[in-house]
Amino acid sequence: MAIERLTGEHSMLFVRSEQLFDLARRHSLWYLSFGIACCAIEGLMSTSGPRFDFDRMGVFPRSSPRQVDVMIVAGTVNKKMAETVKRLYDQMPEPKWVIAMGSCASTGGPFREYPNVVLGVDKIVPVDVYVPGCPPRPESVQYAFIQLQKKIAKRTEERLAARNG
Amino acid sequence: MNGGSEETLATGVLGEGRHDPGTPPAGLRRAPAGVDGLTTEHLIINMGPQHPSTHGVLRVLVEVDGEEVVAAEVSVGYLHRGIEKLAEYRRYDAVGTLLDRGDYISGMMAELAFALATEQLMDVEVPRKAHWLRSLASEINRITSHLIWYGTFGLDAGGMGQFLYGMRDREALLDILEALSGSRMMFNYIRPGGVLADMPTGLDAKIRAFLGTFDQYLDEHDQLLGGNEIFQARVKGVGVIDRSTALAFGLTGSNLRGAGVDFDVRKARPYAAYPELDFEVPLGTNGDAWDRYNVRMAEMRQSARMIGQLIDGMPEGPHMAKVPRIIRPRAGEVYASVESTRGETGIHLVSDGTEHPYRMHYRGPSLFAAQALEEILPGHLIADVVVIIGSTDVMLGEIDR
Ligand code: SF4
Repeated sequence: MAIERLTGEHSMLFVRSEQLFDLARRHSLWYLSFGIACCAIEGLMSTSGPRFDFDRMGVFPRSSPRQVDVMIVAGTVNKKMAETVKRLYDQMPEPKWVIAMGSCASTGGPFREYPNVVLGVDKIVPVDVYVPGCPPRPESVQYAFIQLQKKIAKRTEERLAARNG
Repeated sequence: MNGGSEETLATGVLGEGRHDPGTPPAGLRRAPAGVDGLTTEHLIINMGPQHPSTHGVLRVLVEVDGEEVVAAEVSVGYLHRGIEKLAEYRRYDAVGTLLDRGDYISGMMAELAFALATEQLMDVEVPRKAHWLRSLASEINRITSHLIWYGTFGLDAGGMGQFLYGMRDREALLDILEALSGSRMMFNYIRPGGVLADMPTGLDAKIRAFLGTFDQYLDEHDQLLGGNEIFQARVKGVGVIDRSTALAFGLTGSNLRGAGVDFDVRKARPYAAYPELDFEVPLGTNGDAWDRYNVRMAEMRQSARMIGQLIDGMPEGPHMAKVPRIIRPRAGEVYASVESTRGETGIHLVSDGTEHPYRMHYRGPSLFAAQALEEILPGHLIADVVVIIGSTDVMLGEIDR
């Protein structure tokens, strides 16, 4: 694109504010640094480490649920933990998204047969992206974030279409 | 077992009312809430299970008088997922998959403990090469785990740089582990009878290349965190676990050696290739967080030294003994333990001669360290709590199983 034309001294750009906000949201998805189990090492630590460095995608950990857009549920949620997960989700400001990372968060994973384990975190909070693997590689989590960005872009389009149509 | 019953919010996955995280358990208020005009009322602060510095889902309730902690209660169970019970439904070569997910950043050690326990009931001669590969995998895994501890311990004390440098070296080691076992974290590499696969060609060169720079990097790490005056001020004299406390709580590993007790399973009950290796057991003196820091840093040096010896003297031969496809050990009851990253990891195995264990108990050293926290936290300031928890290096997967 002729970026010079857009950034020139007298140039002007007309865009709907929600489009602009969603663009910003898409590229600054802050996630809750909330590791439950093994997946947290791959999904939260390696990803913020130097090799995978999610910072370059605008994906950045915050420790308080009040400041985040995305919750990565990284680990096995059991019945004692479920209440906390739900409470953290409720504390996040709208709009919010959830990535279920790993087989445990998606279905219960290797611990599925154990009665104490919640069979997938979608039983307690709505999930936007599921990441398979035990644990998924950091690249998979990266792909999950790209999918989430697409989902947000789609949301903007749909809303605009609904308004115009 | 669940039997496929699908639970939804309506049928009560959350167990509404059964467990209320807002109320402190009875028995916490051990100290009087004195209101006599001079002292303030005590306040109970809930820390966790979602807290960036509890290293997982540890929950600590601390009762504070102003800034000072007067009592603490550790609440565990937020990651209980039945590793011991599920092992009774797995075959012997698949139990390792569960144990990997116990102490999930040093999975090799728990696998090794289970393999050692099973082999005692199997009358199998483990080839010499398997012993060496087991030690090699364990030591590499020990460094990766200590590097995570190093990075996060610094984060607890307020630093960030050391985390990035630690993770850089860890990634290099994870590549090696991946080449060896096929996975970055969940290996199931050490099986009863030997190890899953031989070392791939060219891996020894890769390990040598890593070792060539690691000692220097380690000095850098030590300078970056341990050389920092602020860090020293925050850890020196903080969280003292003295000899008698450490022994009374049954601590093992660096937490015990930080207090100056010379106990290391690798020396006390040698297994795998350790009898043939030349290494020292670093010891602390006072048992404060600074001693534990230094012990772990020195342990990384020793591990690197051992890896060098293991690569140089790697024997030839098979890497797996002849074991039947479906392992059926004879009936009996055994205990085997290894020195894992956090201390003595033991497996108590009861077999009834079938293809599944009759009962497996997993002794994780972190549970003992978490119990000791209740004893050592009182008397410290609130800001020290995260440093002390970090210095004990507890692993929640192993506490809750
Ligand atoms: S999916 Fe696997 S790695 Fe992730 S939390 Fe579950 S058991 Fe651990």
